[in-house]
Amino acid sequence: MIRLEKRAAPSRTWSYLTPLVAVIATMIAGGLMFAALGKDPVEAIRTIFWDPLFGEFAFYYRGQLLVKAGPLILIAIGLALGFRAGIWNIGAEGQYIMGAICGAAVGLAFYPMEARWLIFPLMILGGAVGGFLWAMIPGILKTRFNTNEILVSLLLVYVAEQILASMSLGLLRNPEGAGFPGSRNLRQYESAANNELIAGTGMHWGVVAALIAVIFAYILLSRHIMGFNIRLTGESPRAARFAGVNPNRLILFCLGLSGALAGLAGLFEVAGPAGQISIDFNVGYGFTAIIVAFLGRLHPIGILLAGLLMALTYIGGEAAQSSLGLPSAAIQAFQGMLLFFLLAFDVLTHFRVKFGREAAA
Amino acid sequence: MSRPDLIGIDGLTKAYPGVVANDGVSFSVGRGEVHALLGENGAGKSTLVKMIYGLVKPDAGQMTFAGTPYAPGSPNEARATGVAMVFQHFSLFEALDVAENVALGMENPPPMRALASQIRDVSETYGLPLDPTRLVGDLSAGERQRVEIVRCLLQDPKLLIMDEPTSVLTPQEVEILFETLRKLQSEGTSILYISHKLEEIRALCDGATILRLGKVVATCDPRERSARELAEMMVGAELRTPTARSHAMGDVALSIKGLNLRSASPFGTSLKDISIEVREGEVLGIGGVAGNGQDELLGALSGELRAPRDAILLGGAPVGHLGPNARRKLGLLAAPEERLGHAAAPNMSLTENAALTAHTRKGLVRNGFLDWQGARAYAEEVIRDFDVRTPGPGNAAGALSGGNLQKFVIGREILQKPKVLVVNQPTWGVDASAAAAIRQALLDLAAEGAAVIVISQDLDEIMEISDRFAALNEGRLSAPVDARGLTLEQIGLMLGGAHGMEVAHVGEETAI
Repeated sequence: MIRLEKRAAPSRTWSYLTPLVAVIATMIAGGLMFAALGKDPVEAIRTIFWDPLFGEFAFYYRGQLLVKAGPLILIAIGLALGFRAGIWNIGAEGQYIMGAICGAAVGLAFYPMEARWLIFPLMILGGAVGGFLWAMIPGILKTRFNTNEILVSLLLVYVAEQILASMSLGLLRNPEGAGFPGSRNLRQYESAANNELIAGTGMHWGVVAALIAVIFAYILLSRHIMGFNIRLTGESPRAARFAGVNPNRLILFCLGLSGALAGLAGLFEVAGPAGQISIDFNVGYGFTAIIVAFLGRLHPIGILLAGLLMALTYIGGEAAQSSLGLPSAAIQAFQGMLLFFLLAFDVLTHFRVKFGREAAA
Repeated sequence: MSRPDLIGIDGLTKAYPGVVANDGVSFSVGRGEVHALLGENGAGKSTLVKMIYGLVKPDAGQMTFAGTPYAPGSPNEARATGVAMVFQHFSLFEALDVAENVALGMENPPPMRALASQIRDVSETYGLPLDPTRLVGDLSAGERQRVEIVRCLLQDPKLLIMDEPTSVLTPQEVEILFETLRKLQSEGTSILYISHKLEEIRALCDGATILRLGKVVATCDPRERSARELAEMMVGAELRTPTARSHAMGDVALSIKGLNLRSASPFGTSLKDISIEVREGEVLGIGGVAGNGQDELLGALSGELRAPRDAILLGGAPVGHLGPNARRKLGLLAAPEERLGHAAAPNMSLTENAALTAHTRKGLVRNGFLDWQGARAYAEEVIRDFDVRTPGPGNAAGALSGGNLQKFVIGREILQKPKVLVVNQPTWGVDASAAAAIRQALLDLAAEGAAVIVISQDLDEIMEISDRFAALNEGRLSAPVDARGLTLEQIGLMLGGAHGMEVAHVGEETAI
């Protein structure tokens, strides 16, 4: 019989090791799933994890890596700060959409004026404010009426999706687009475009923002009183209150910051890789970032690495879809497995596994 | 007084990773004997009774019960054999009534109506009146304990294990409990009584086994020993008693005027019209049975609960509306009862826990950034001055023993040089030597001119260190009286008597 025995203190070794074990277990279980679908599991795993980095077309994929990882990291950093304090913002996807809409709207309002020094910073501000305000809805409802931020933030994602559809069909539709849904392409508007900073690397302002967010979050958590209060609230809410932390202010700070970062990610995406507001603009970065945050142990450096890994599965997954004909649902299941295994192996951080029988309590 | 043995324990050993909780423990309890198990925190009492109750399996050693080998694999087996246990912390559901709570602990509960009448019978026989239809949430701590005891008695046990049963009772309630236990004893039930209150043990028990660091250090008749002798056997060293100091009272340091505060939780106690003054250099003891508003009073003073602006005056200035850190800045500090999760965050290091309350007064935050070196130095200072046994300030608070963490928590506040310090249960679950050190530190603080409020359920502690005494009963605070010359009886009456309990009428009823 297998038993779990609680550890006196969480194991540091396992807390670092579980992400690696989870990745390996995902590869094995995913391989079995691919085999069940009639594909060669070794080739599928190689296509997902190896080819994008070192394969024949790596020169293209490597750039894509940063493009995908940027928004994931940016969003996940914000979410992780809240998660550390036990504040569960599940609606980053909605804040991402609203940030993109607000930021793009600012840019489009200036069209066709050329003044990059003014317009692009204003768009960045617009993106952050859009996400911030959208996250304030669950924040204020929670602090005023004690609603559940998980439900409210999640449901607001679907509201944001409807607004996105309405915007791309109505207010923000390209007047010269022959009636097709979708806004003007911001990449073709010099003052608003978020293009690659160094050709071929995928490095754009969003990636820069993500790296800054990583450093910012690291310093906040380790050195600043706000970060200390966040960690304290997550560890022990009553001790936090005793230490003088105002729980409502903390809720608004965490939700607001994660919303603003998600909004920024949306703006950089719409002005860069996506180029325009369209009905299918969002691709689930806001949800995937939750996985990234946990895969990275809610630690800024961990999130940086986890974001890159998750981006790799995205890119590799797409490659596997086109070259091996794997269904996209299989790739999503594969990504889901990663979180599943991570949470499952997390047990090892707090418990040790024992074999054999002993009197049960 | 030799009685045939009911339970014999021979060489029980249990080791946990890094610590031997019990090392070759042997003793026996006779039929109808009340046997005390004495020892400091961490001496191995809990592990030992958990093995007897089938919660933990020993690594080595044997037990016999009524002459036959006894090795319970689970509490169910133990109960079937005739062993029952009343835990220190109640496992009751507040939203259910008494009978429902009792039924939840049974394998095959009888129909509710039959169970209710059984509960009535047993409770009357043993002088523990209990209405089976009342909600547990409405019961006092003493009444809740009765639910636990009645739950055990329904199984008709041969051996009843009681873990620190009097920590939640008034002196009168303790007397009633003792009558009940004596009646059980007269009917031939053996009782294994765990406590560190020595006077109680001397009043109640026929035999005592004293544990220290997992080993039996002595077996004796507690009635033939003084409390001091027993304590020294427990601690293994001579005991220092706190020394009283000369009285030099100053101005009023803290005054509370007509404080009313609704409790946030439905089963909490609201504070009702509390008024009191404490002077510089004074130790004010506030006694009361658990759940009579102690947590709320501490919260109202620490600033976790906001009060009307003028209800609390610190040195004449209104502070009722201020939060914890603003009050700390002005010199009003507090140490709550619950060490883990309230006074300290268990998974955070001692350095981080030092910063938790000290960052305001010790200037550990500059432009919003924490001075970790300063926090570490302060944690080291607390560890050194209060003799906290730990490898270092990087250790997690949760890894410390109760007594050591309590010394850290109290030391953290005292070294900030408060003008007023409020502590709740400063020595709860702390071993005798640490408790003495903490009490001495509180007296020293008062001698330096600070006002100290000690909220405690340990009346001996209050009598030992306070200048004045007030009782907290259902959220109301009595007028303070001079603590010198106060008897336990007077205190008991101030605490609200025995909540309408009656003493068991031994011999009046026929046995069940």
